[in-house]
Amino acid sequence: MLRDKHLTVTVSPHIKTDLTTEKMMWTVITVLLPVAAAGVYFFGIHAGLVILVSIISAVLAESLCLKIMRRGTAVTDGSAFLTGLLLSLCLPPEIPLWMAALGSFFAIAVGKQAFGGLGYNIFNPALAGRAFLMLSFAKEMTTWKTLTRFPDSITAATPLNLLKEQGTDALMTVYGSMPHLYKKLFLGNVGGSIGETSAVLLLIGGCFLIARGIITWHIPVSYLATVAVISVFTGGISNVLFQLLAGGLMLGAFFMATDLVTTPITKSGQIIFGIGCGLITMLIRVRGGYPEGVCYSILLLNAVTPLIERFTKTRIFGTQKQ
Amino acid sequence: MKISFKGGVHPPENKHLCKGLKIKELPAPETAYFALQQSIGSPSEPVVKKGDSVKRGTCIARATGFISSNVHSSISGEVIDIKKHPHPLLGCARAVIVKSDGQDTPCGSFQESDFSAALFDKNKILKAVSDSGIVGLGGAAFPTHVKLNPPAEKPINTVIINGAECEPYLTSDHSLMLSSAEKIVKGAILITKAVNAKECVIAVEKNKPDAIDLIKKACEKYNNLKVIAFNVKYPQGAEKQLIFSVTAKEVPSGTLPMDVGVLVQNVGTANAVYEAVVMKKPLYERVVTLSGRGILNPCNWKVRIGTPFRNVINAVGLSGETVEKLIMGGPMMGLAQYTDEVPVIKGTSGILVLTKKEALPFKHLPCIRCGKCVEVCPMGLIPADLSKFVSGEKTDEAKEIGLLDCMECGSCNYICPSGTNLLQYIKLGKYELMRKKNA
Repeated sequence: MLRDKHLTVTVSPHIKTDLTTEKMMWTVITVLLPVAAAGVYFFGIHAGLVILVSIISAVLAESLCLKIMRRGTAVTDGSAFLTGLLLSLCLPPEIPLWMAALGSFFAIAVGKQAFGGLGYNIFNPALAGRAFLMLSFAKEMTTWKTLTRFPDSITAATPLNLLKEQGTDALMTVYGSMPHLYKKLFLGNVGGSIGETSAVLLLIGGCFLIARGIITWHIPVSYLATVAVISVFTGGISNVLFQLLAGGLMLGAFFMATDLVTTPITKSGQIIFGIGCGLITMLIRVRGGYPEGVCYSILLLNAVTPLIERFTKTRIFGTQKQ
Repeated sequence: MKISFKGGVHPPENKHLCKGLKIKELPAPETAYFALQQSIGSPSEPVVKKGDSVKRGTCIARATGFISSNVHSSISGEVIDIKKHPHPLLGCARAVIVKSDGQDTPCGSFQESDFSAALFDKNKILKAVSDSGIVGLGGAAFPTHVKLNPPAEKPINTVIINGAECEPYLTSDHSLMLSSAEKIVKGAILITKAVNAKECVIAVEKNKPDAIDLIKKACEKYNNLKVIAFNVKYPQGAEKQLIFSVTAKEVPSGTLPMDVGVLVQNVGTANAVYEAVVMKKPLYERVVTLSGRGILNPCNWKVRIGTPFRNVINAVGLSGETVEKLIMGGPMMGLAQYTDEVPVIKGTSGILVLTKKEALPFKHLPCIRCGKCVEVCPMGLIPADLSKFVSGEKTDEAKEIGLLDCMECGSCNYICPSGTNLLQYIKLGKYELMRKKNA
């Protein structure tokens, strides 16, 4: 008899997808593991330590904050782990470990928990951590490593650095030909941050996330397309592939700019967000003082996300567009 | 023609749990409980008193007011009480309780006769539908005679007979279409005639190819009848989404289907209209899906209105798995019950006994603004914002962004990875707005 049993009474619906926040976080982490492994392969064991320290620091910071603030969410949701991992992937391979730990702590404690924790932060915590390190330790954050593992590696400078400081000719002198450079950028055996160099792994990971419905195509596609279009105007057709593959763009477009919490909730808003990121990235790359602009472009667009959302309301069924 | 609508979700159908779609007949209960509130609107008023004897089909309560419907006894016997009894929608409400005499004597012959639409005019149809206490059998239970009598300034062009049955688990409409395709089509013709519409469309989801074939065959004899097969998506059967899929017209916010010249009726209702008009049979029984993994042998039953859920469940028994919820209706929009003493009412399309595995309580994490609720909302709302406004007691702001446009299909809640009870907040917000208005 049912009567003797405990019947749960709730409002509908009574069933739910099995896709949970935790599952989404851990899937993104899994997708990033090959990227992290490639970083260790290219840059050596220290890069692996940076990744580890960064993750541990983030998880510890999260646990500490949750305890002090008595928040109900659990550290096992994977969001802090992901923040630590993402931050380490956009750090230089030779950064002192304590700096990585500090940046990671800042990312969680200030970038995320100070704003209210999971779901309430305004800025992408990993990028907030990176910006903090950039402002505090500019020298260490721009010291790149020569890939000693590869005999043809001549310079530690990233391709974008070379372009900014010495121009296209220097780039050609170092890498010989454009196809040679593209190949290196595609595979990842060039100077750069730990997890940003291998465009192919980032692309595969990003496409996997889109296929699984964890992120949507709107931000990455509009972001990359904007960069591509502007690079035609600033350097011709031959510039397009270089601008797309170089620097932190792939990592940024697929894994940073798609952070769910800090980007617009509507599809049209997401497209505007992506275009905005592309514009500012190229503005910094072409006209700015830094060689790379992915980090700041995303942080800036994070800041205007509420504004974008205000102007990209959905059209309610049965009403006219306002 | 549009074949579908924007948004929606694809929950596991679980319609295969009902093995075979043959409708079994459940024996009349020993005691039946006829809730006086069977439909939306005002409750009916009893016309029998304690000690009266009634037959199967005797009217025991009459409609009061414009939106209300008659109630008939589904068994023969004696009225033993009129008092409050557990109710599947209201928790507890007045009901006429009839004890069976075991004879099951009908008050009429309820025989089929030769059918020709010419035999029936609008008034005849309306009167039969109203007398027989017919309400929408899809679940909402709106009195059908009211829907069939729209104001003169709002003529109906298109009648849509809704056989989408997009709720997971439920197969009652499907099995009815298989067993009574002819009657449904004839009922559709009567409905079309009652509102003087130009065309009638019978809309079915593609996952019921056998039903589509049968209905198509039954339609061949008549003009102005069309069958449309839709892609499978929840909530394809929702009134406004169905109308959009068939006519490409959006019912403007805050108005009714008749404002775009459309009338939607469920296939079960069409069947009931036929039985009422041609067979003079009141609505005292309906097809109910009994399913869920808590049930030993899920199948479809023809059940007398007023039969306690317990009787239906006991007819097959429980599977033994730990039961989590008892639901009236489907798992997306159905209502969780606190007891199996509640009786079957006219809107009971299904009784689901869901196990812990099927209906786990949601683990709740903060909203991460992933936008999935926005993606799936068929009404183009932003459920995350609605629930945030309501939880912050800002119902007026929630109203401004479309709180009242929500039709409570639950797609947002189903898809939400944070396990936020979006729909609960939305319902709470609507309730608060109503309370403010009445204060």
